Amino acid sequence: MIQLIVFLPLLAAIIAGLGNKALGNVPAKIITTGALFISCALSWPIFIGFMTGGYEEGFVVPVLNWLQSGSFNAMWELRVDALTAVMLVVVTTVSALVHLYSWGYMDEEPDQPRFFAYLSLFTFAMLMLVTANNLLQMFFGWEGVGLASYLLIGFWFRKPSANAAAIKAFVVNRVGDLGFMMGMFATYLVFGTISIPEILNAAPSMAGSTIGFLGYRFETMTVICLLLFVGAMGKSAQLGLHTWLPDAMEGPTPVSALIHAATMVTAGVFMVCRLSPMFETSETAMHVVTYVGAATCLFAATVGTVQNDIKRVIAYSTCSQLGYMFFAAGVGAYGAAMFHLFTHAFFKALLFLGAGSVIHAMHHEQDMRYYGALRKEIPITFWAMTAGTLAITGVGIPGTLFGFAGFFSKDAILEAAYAAGGIGHTAFALGIAAALLTSFYSWRLVFLTFFGKARWAESEHIQHALHHHHESAEEEGDSHDHHHHAAHSGTGGYRPHESPWVMLLPLVVLSMGAVFAGLIFHGAFVDPEGGAHFWEVSTLFFDEHLMHESHLVPMWVKLAPGAVMLTGLAIAWLAYIKNTDWPARFVAQFHVLYDFLLNKWYFDELYNAIFVKPAFAIGRFLWKRGDEGTIDRFGPNGMAALVVAGGRVTRKLQSGYLYTYALVMLIGLAAAITWAITR
Amino acid sequence: MNQLGFPILSLMMALPLAGALASLFSSAAASRMIALAVTLVDLLLGVVLWLNFDQGLSAPQWQFTEYAPIFGRFAWAMGIDGIALLLIVLTVFLMPICILASWEAISKRVNEYMAAFLLMETMMIGVFTAQDLFLFYIFFEAGLIPMYLIIGIWGGANRIYASYKFFLYTLLGSVLMLIAMLWMARDANSTYIPTLMQHSFDPKVQIWLWLAFFASFAVKMPMWPVHTWLPDAHVQAPTAGSVILAGVMLKMGGYGFLRFSLPMFPEASVYFAWLVFALSMIAVVYTSLVALVQQDMKKLIAYSSVAHMAIVTVGLFAFNEAGLEGAMMVMLGHGITASALFLCVGVIYDRLHTREIDRYGGLAVNMPQYAMIFLLFTMASIGLPGTGNFVGEFLSLMGVYEASSWVALVSTTGIIFGAAYMLYLYRRVCYGDLTKEDVKAMPDLNLREWAILAPMAAVILWMGVYPESFLKPMRADIHMIVERMASAKPEGDAQLTAGVPQASAAHGSHENEDAHSSNHETAGEAH
Repeated sequence: MIQLIVFLPLLAAIIAGLGNKALGNVPAKIITTGALFISCALSWPIFIGFMTGGYEEGFVVPVLNWLQSGSFNAMWELRVDALTAVMLVVVTTVSALVHLYSWGYMDEEPDQPRFFAYLSLFTFAMLMLVTANNLLQMFFGWEGVGLASYLLIGFWFRKPSANAAAIKAFVVNRVGDLGFMMGMFATYLVFGTISIPEILNAAPSMAGSTIGFLGYRFETMTVICLLLFVGAMGKSAQLGLHTWLPDAMEGPTPVSALIHAATMVTAGVFMVCRLSPMFETSETAMHVVTYVGAATCLFAATVGTVQNDIKRVIAYSTCSQLGYMFFAAGVGAYGAAMFHLFTHAFFKALLFLGAGSVIHAMHHEQDMRYYGALRKEIPITFWAMTAGTLAITGVGIPGTLFGFAGFFSKDAILEAAYAAGGIGHTAFALGIAAALLTSFYSWRLVFLTFFGKARWAESEHIQHALHHHHESAEEEGDSHDHHHHAAHSGTGGYRPHESPWVMLLPLVVLSMGAVFAGLIFHGAFVDPEGGAHFWEVSTLFFDEHLMHESHLVPMWVKLAPGAVMLTGLAIAWLAYIKNTDWPARFVAQFHVLYDFLLNKWYFDELYNAIFVKPAFAIGRFLWKRGDEGTIDRFGPNGMAALVVAGGRVTRKLQSGYLYTYALVMLIGLAAAITWAITR
Repeated sequence: MNQLGFPILSLMMALPLAGALASLFSSAAASRMIALAVTLVDLLLGVVLWLNFDQGLSAPQWQFTEYAPIFGRFAWAMGIDGIALLLIVLTVFLMPICILASWEAISKRVNEYMAAFLLMETMMIGVFTAQDLFLFYIFFEAGLIPMYLIIGIWGGANRIYASYKFFLYTLLGSVLMLIAMLWMARDANSTYIPTLMQHSFDPKVQIWLWLAFFASFAVKMPMWPVHTWLPDAHVQAPTAGSVILAGVMLKMGGYGFLRFSLPMFPEASVYFAWLVFALSMIAVVYTSLVALVQQDMKKLIAYSSVAHMAIVTVGLFAFNEAGLEGAMMVMLGHGITASALFLCVGVIYDRLHTREIDRYGGLAVNMPQYAMIFLLFTMASIGLPGTGNFVGEFLSLMGVYEASSWVALVSTTGIIFGAAYMLYLYRRVCYGDLTKEDVKAMPDLNLREWAILAPMAAVILWMGVYPESFLKPMRADIHMIVERMASAKPEGDAQLTAGVPQASAAHGSHENEDAHSSNHETAGEAH
């Protein structure tokens, strides 16, 4: 059964990809979407089985021998335990819904089989990643999702910006992969295996040992964990290696929802949780994870507050939420990290697909400055987006079971961080600050998009749509007078249309998740007893004591997330509904800060200046001055010059006599050998 | 005689030779058919060879041996082990592809061209089968003649310069090698390679012998800084010439290290490992950066080959199973991938007659099938898991990590650079908008081109998903080399110390137990 779940999407991808145009749009869509819904339907029973204690232990299904060299052995095999089960339902559910959604969103696209093949290929690679029983197979999935991400970001390959974003995503991820690969090498050197259960078994016994690395001596487990964590930072877009994620929004919106929000970018978190007993052996590594997570969480939230592109806001939000998951893992609350991963998958996919629905309605306009007043025009999208926003901002009543998904998972993280003490307090403080910003930018998005006055007329996309529509209307001889009048108002006479049902259905389903996922599943994921029971059948290290402690934190800690959430909401309401001139005044007053945030802390400019440009400059230098100017000049060309000067054989060289010389010399050598042997 | 009852190795060499003679005296059309038929039969024989190669535990190391004294010590001694087997299979696999790739691209002096290729096949198989030192030398050097001819006659505008450079570099290296061989034959009183592999040369002399062989193999590999002949040779060679050059000729350097330098001069190999590491590390970074700024497709792929071959050399000088097997897998994987990339360049070169990257763009629009297959090989070159190159790179880098974390780190940056220059190339050729009129007119792959590229795609995926088929034949032979190196092998820089003992923790492999016990002393110092 697990084989079906994993390999059906691959089969579908191959059929749709190779069939392509010959197969046609509809069959390709039916095959891929059908395969995903089957995978999804098969995954939920497994998850529910683990939830209800139907499995005594996880199991591993061998598929094929893979790589064996000396004592190194890695197999293709599918591991299923509680952790895998969580990921299985997240991946297959969001993927199936995104496939369905794409029927509508990509309807006008001429190249649909390719798109759906890539989506299914991605799903396959992601499933290989989450079912991996050794690090090498995890790396296979890791790179496979990277490939699919590259292909989907660059799906509209005629656009230079999409191509640039695709390459950036791949190359930046490769920097992380360098860490992952080095981590695997070190793991094999230390443990003699890369099988996950065996490493996790042996890891505690290596605590306290040291290893030589790059000429220095470090704690063995710290080296291994941090190398692997560099990989996680790349894939999960953590501070320093995050620059690819916002650019990845060049891809079609369903892709952003599936890959760059719900699944692929959470692979790093999954990896840390999968290897949690190993990370537990190195305090230094845990501290680094905590700091990186907390820093990313706040950094991304600050940038998210000033972006104008609706997708970029959500992208930075994703980056920030991933930071939450990492610092949860860093303080030892892996259950909370996985819980946030789980709920985030639903509400973030919802927000992205909702944004896609808005973009669809607004004729590919993505700039929120040209939105406004869409509440009445696209009501279902509005309500879905609202549900998502309530979930991400963590609306709920402390002490009760009333709350949206993010309320349960984010509060669990913050409370666990506080309870962990030490650097957990730092993480808690940064997390609270980020929660304030989260609430602000999330509501800002909703207010700019759905409330206020319509500001559509200035949008080029809308203008284009109107112009086009106008022409066709005139051709039909059915020109509406009010078009001309309305052109002067904010709407420009444009009528946004609600998306078709194939797009709305996934929104509704995900809204359910955003509303109820926290309520239903918090018992299994983060409750001290329930969590211990659930996570027992997985490699996840569940710290019952910490989760107990997190229930006993002071009242103000429990109330703080709610308070900052309300504050953020209030500021957003004041600035974007009550006094709409505030943002402009703020920008005028603090333009340095604003520019700093708008330009994303100038990371791209910095990297461009210290990595990209020098790489090309050095490459040119080495080529012209190194290869041509030095090696060739003093090597073969120098010798040629000598030969020419000595024997004046240029003409002969150029007329092909060279071969004669070559032959003569070789024959001479052969004669020398003969002499040497027979003498 | 052997398990087949007929001298299959000699037959595999005689067939192309006969074919070469026949095609010299045939018309263009007939010589094409002769060449294709002969190379296909050789491919078939190669498959027979592989299927009959005994991979069992008790199998002899040298199989299909033939021995016929010629004069003096000089003998027609043939025989293969698993390493040679795989390289022969690679050779005979690429040959029919080369013939098909030249089917329409070559229009002048076709019969001579085909003859040159068939002659080269004989020589290349000879290199991998020869068990006599001087027989090896003759094949090793004589194989260059047809290659000079192919570049010099059917090459591009600047072909004379390229073939001159090729000639100069390779000849200088091989003269030194020849002198070393003469010394070895006297010292060991034998020219039989298996005997020499067991012979213990004086470590002081080994240094000189090693350097002499290194001069030849480093050029062939090619290693930095004697790599500059390769980009020129590739650029000027016709497509099929590039395929053989990248696919087989570069592998002769690696084969030489495996067959001669490591087993015959183990102490010297260890002594000079730092040199190989240093040159390889420079090569990975240097040639990758140079590849990034190339404007000529073939030159870009040529530079990427130098970077990939550097991974081979670091793997070889790791002196452990993973490193050596990884190096072999990189050679095989690169042999397929780089060849396929040159063929992909050839496909569009045949249509537009330029290798300049900026002349293309947007091919994914009008040549979607081409874009797909080119993407596959691009990804293989980048070393994506699931392709043969990944298996090789992973193993050899893992092997070298055991020797030195610095070397592993610098060499592994190749995966970042590789992604950058290959994706940048792919983007400029296949992506972007389709604006140029002449590019718009280019038709997608035809049946012949599919017949060339599809088998290569299948093989590269096979190598990535089930590399055991390729690892198994060479396992015993690699193990012998590792055993031979074991006494001289230096310790790595990891110097792992034991952890704090904890109850109930199951322990890793015996290897680590060794590492622990041998490093207990250092543990004390470190704390």
